[in-house]
Amino acid sequence: MTQQRSTSLTLNRRGLLGALGGGALVAAGAGMTARNADAAPEDAAKWASELTGGRNPVDDPRVAIDLPPIAENGNTVPVTVTVDSPMTDADHVTKIHVVAEGNPNPGLCTFELTPACGKAEASTRIRMARTQNVVAIAELSDGSVISGKKEVKVTVGGCGG
Amino acid sequence: MLTRRDFLQVAAATAALAGPLGGVSRAASRGHLTQDALLSFAPLGQVTLLNFTDIHAQLVPLWFREPSVNIGVGEARGLPPHLTGKAFLDHFGLIAGTPEAHAFTSLDFADLSRDHGRVGGLAHMATLVKAIRAERPNNTLLIDNGDTWQGSYTALKTRGADMVRAMNALGVDAMTAHWEFTHGEDRVRELIGMLDFPFLCGNVVDTDFEEPVFDSHAYFERGGVKVAVIGQAFPYTPVANPRHMIPRWSFGIRDALVQEHVDKARDEGADLVVLASHDGFDVDRKLASRVRGIDVLLTGHTHDAMPGVIRVGDTLLVASGSHGKFLARLDLRVENKRVADHRFKLIPVFSDVIAPDPEMARLIDDIRAPYSSEINRVLGRTDSLLYRRGNFNGTFDDLICQAVIEERDCQIALSPGFRWGSSLPPGEDILVEHVYHQTGITYPECYRSQMTGEMLKTILEDVADNLFNPDPYYQQGGDMVRVGGLGYRIDIGQTMGRRISNMTLLATGDPIDPSRTYTVGGWASVNEGTDGPPIWDVVSNHIQRKGVIDLPENRAIEIVGA
Repeated sequence: MTQQRSTSLTLNRRGLLGALGGGALVAAGAGMTARNADAAPEDAAKWASELTGGRNPVDDPRVAIDLPPIAENGNTVPVTVTVDSPMTDADHVTKIHVVAEGNPNPGLCTFELTPACGKAEASTRIRMARTQNVVAIAELSDGSVISGKKEVKVTVGGCGG
Repeated sequence: MLTRRDFLQVAAATAALAGPLGGVSRAASRGHLTQDALLSFAPLGQVTLLNFTDIHAQLVPLWFREPSVNIGVGEARGLPPHLTGKAFLDHFGLIAGTPEAHAFTSLDFADLSRDHGRVGGLAHMATLVKAIRAERPNNTLLIDNGDTWQGSYTALKTRGADMVRAMNALGVDAMTAHWEFTHGEDRVRELIGMLDFPFLCGNVVDTDFEEPVFDSHAYFERGGVKVAVIGQAFPYTPVANPRHMIPRWSFGIRDALVQEHVDKARDEGADLVVLASHDGFDVDRKLASRVRGIDVLLTGHTHDAMPGVIRVGDTLLVASGSHGKFLARLDLRVENKRVADHRFKLIPVFSDVIAPDPEMARLIDDIRAPYSSEINRVLGRTDSLLYRRGNFNGTFDDLICQAVIEERDCQIALSPGFRWGSSLPPGEDILVEHVYHQTGITYPECYRSQMTGEMLKTILEDVADNLFNPDPYYQQGGDMVRVGGLGYRIDIGQTMGRRISNMTLLATGDPIDPSRTYTVGGWASVNEGTDGPPIWDVVSNHIQRKGVIDLPENRAIEIVGA
């Protein structure tokens, strides 16, 4: 099974509206070469570090990832990241990165946000060939970096009761 | 000297000769089991909720053996419904040897099934429903939790229409769904159009914009109480069944969405909120701890039958069994939008002591008449108890796997871990109908393909995690994939990828080589374009060729760490 890094071209309506509302979507893959081997979580950590300029994300319950526990279709798994933030000039989310630990290129996409977004929420659809963790990293206006994580199972299926 | 069974037969014969009880069964001859006793219930409060689930299109009485292996993991370990046999009886205070003990456990099943007869059948169910409605005409609400339109020859041939007719006649008030979706999107829409009551699936959205596809809830006025019934379809339908049949619909547990539906129902004045769910019991036990405001959670999917309600916080969980074997009655006194008191009984539908409802009996005859010569055709006889339900291979699964190996010339067979399918006591004829009870699905192709040992292990690990992941939200609610020609050891408590070991090709006793290729036959592939003869033909041909089926319990699977 060849895995490909997902770009966020298949935005759903909510994600699209979010983007139109002021958050600009930046595909993170520019200039990055695809690898064939699955990434290990260490690779994902390296990616996270590169994306955030070396700042280590801290696990924080304010970052919520809405993902199905078991993917219906590994080719297009809907994901919504919500960060609990007042989104004021003084205190807002500037970027949301989505990283899939098991994909050949773990960095999937980056959403850029401003206080004008009103709400720190971003949706997209990602492709994943096997069970793995998806990590969402949020950069805040005070320079801190926080993250959340959720496991998605991609199964061979069958055998329902 | 007379044995107990001889004695009962004599008693039954005597009763039959005596007149008004003519044709009465051995069960009735035991005296303490009567229709009135089954219906006996001191009414309480304003609302009588009636519920059944997972009937799997069983119109007429059948046998159904409850599991002897039903392992709970994580927080569900050792809790009901994950109790079997004596542990189950002890937990619920039932006495071995009673009809109730027979209904709820597999203890001494083959023998006791002779004494107590068949269970279920919608004409018998209708008698109970009508009697309760007559007693509580303005208080009764009847909910069907789904898996209703699949599981028999007639449901397959009429593409679910037989069950829609029967459920309309029974006067169901609302339903939710799972196997219904295996009729495909177009047919599901047609059948919904034929229903006299709402089809509720609040957790199904379209794959484009995640907009709702079906109604999420409906309101009913009963005994002055405004009741909201919310439907929750099986969350993993597109994973466990072919997604290509319903490509535009997305499912999922979506507990945040369930909370929205509950809050909306409360805002709209509901005094009592009922969730009719096809999540499976362990999923619902977790959901009940996360979603606030559900008064009654009617569970389904995992086919658990429990004689008592399970309370999680302020939510009462009901598990009504399967195959029409039980009718749940839950009476509720509602005060200030809360359940102030309740009374519960899971009524075993012992068909032999219930007079069938003539109207429903006529409808069932009408439905089955065009197919009667085929469904009643005798294929062979079984000398063993045949059953499926349980976490690992049942004897009916072994029969199917044996048929696949021999008729399709394979080394290894895989058969899905479905929880549905009737049981057959030793000595019974195996009819065409019984084969369809085990195999009647809309994607029946029996494939024959090559798989590496590594691939086989991946499949076993994958399905094992769907069953034994300690977080119920990662469970799919089926049982373990059944295997033929293959032995293995499973360590339940391990993590995904580490549970399965000692895989052995039974024909030679050699270990399965991860890099070697094996000829594998199976059926119920969720992939589009699977080739092969329908599994019912493979199994029927095998039974006809053998004549008599005699299968010992499967001993090729070693279970540890439970």
